Amino acid sequence: MSNRFGILGLMLFALPIFSPILCAQTGAAAQAGDAGQQDWWASHEKWNTPLPDKSVYAGKKSAPAPRRNLSGAWDGLNEGGTQPKGAKDYPDDASHRPEPPYTALGKEARMRNKAGEGEEQVPIAMVNDPVDSCEPVGFPRTDLFSLKAMTIVQTPNYVIWLNQSHNVYRIIWTDGRELPKDPVPRYYGYSVGHWEDDYNFVVDTVGMDERTWLDNVGRPHSSALHVTERFHRVSRDLLELTVTIDDPKIYTKPWVAADKLTLHLLPADFDMGEMICSPSEMSQYKKLVANPISDK
Amino acid sequence: MRNKLTPVFLVLCGLLSSVSLLAHHGNAAYDYAATKSLKGTVTEWVWVNPHCILKLDTKDDKGVDTHWVLETGSPVDMLHAGFSATIFKPGDEVTVDIMPTKNGAPVGRIRRVVFPDGKALVAGGRYTL
Repeated sequence: MSNRFGILGLMLFALPIFSPILCAQTGAAAQAGDAGQQDWWASHEKWNTPLPDKSVYAGKKSAPAPRRNLSGAWDGLNEGGTQPKGAKDYPDDASHRPEPPYTALGKEARMRNKAGEGEEQVPIAMVNDPVDSCEPVGFPRTDLFSLKAMTIVQTPNYVIWLNQSHNVYRIIWTDGRELPKDPVPRYYGYSVGHWEDDYNFVVDTVGMDERTWLDNVGRPHSSALHVTERFHRVSRDLLELTVTIDDPKIYTKPWVAADKLTLHLLPADFDMGEMICSPSEMSQYKKLVANPISDK
Repeated sequence: MRNKLTPVFLVLCGLLSSVSLLAHHGNAAYDYAATKSLKGTVTEWVWVNPHCILKLDTKDDKGVDTHWVLETGSPVDMLHAGFSATIFKPGDEVTVDIMPTKNGAPVGRIRRVVFPDGKALVAGGRYTL
């Protein structure tokens, strides 16, 4: 419980300090119509603020993008951030997009991962998704599944990424250090970032623990995985995230898992509600729901 | 990689042999094409991750009582959909449209709730539905 409040406290502390640009904004959740949109931006819950309906972003006039600045709370929910059936640009659904280009080892690893979602979904008793046992989501699954609200905080030496889903944080170093050569695997890897120009921030991450999945349908990765994230600040209110997967042990060539996934800037007073995997709550859920429905 | 993954997989297989560790991404257990409408009395609204749960008592035409356990989305998804931690109280009379299970267990996923005042909310957001 104390960890929850620690992260939440950091989020609350960071928002007003590092997001002055957001102060010009107000606002949030309407169901429909211009009047409703204005109402939402002018008045919304100050605690556990709900992510709004996407209609509040429609036609919203935006100022130009600030230079070298990603700070703020962002909404990934309304433009495909949930990605329940796999990464945005490789959905494992009826659209029958091709699978990523697996190596032989990659195909074996893919077959071992039994997901509860996607075209290859298995009965609930056979699912071996680590998230269902409250194991760490890991990176880049945080980008490729359930990307709801997140807060980005810039400091002189690093960028902090605070993710609502599963209460995850990442540190992206910008002090010029190089990526580790032989890293001890971590669930969220080792990240360095640099500004390619005033509006494009590029993050390279290596050293991810291969027990985690890439996405919600069980795409695998090895410890050789290298992920490149490109954050393009389109305007004050829009950020685009592109995620490229490069793992020569598992995939024959790099592939773009999410191309220009749109994130909307949220109000400066947006309070991210908790979304935490609690083992005791998960146990309760399984007892009440999962177990009774597990025999088919 | 194979050496590292193999013990992990074996451990997972062992864990999954325990009923108490079943998954929460249980799409295959539900009949997506079906909708069942329930009218009943709320006994509890459980505001927890991974999915909120509504407990509902119903009585059918033959007088048979059934205690339903109905899942929704996560609390943050439910906030997005207009629900709250206190939106249901024990004793509330509600009508609920659910996605039923394939095995007939008195469990379901809530599609929509109609409250006593006639207000209706679609549950769970894009992900759950």
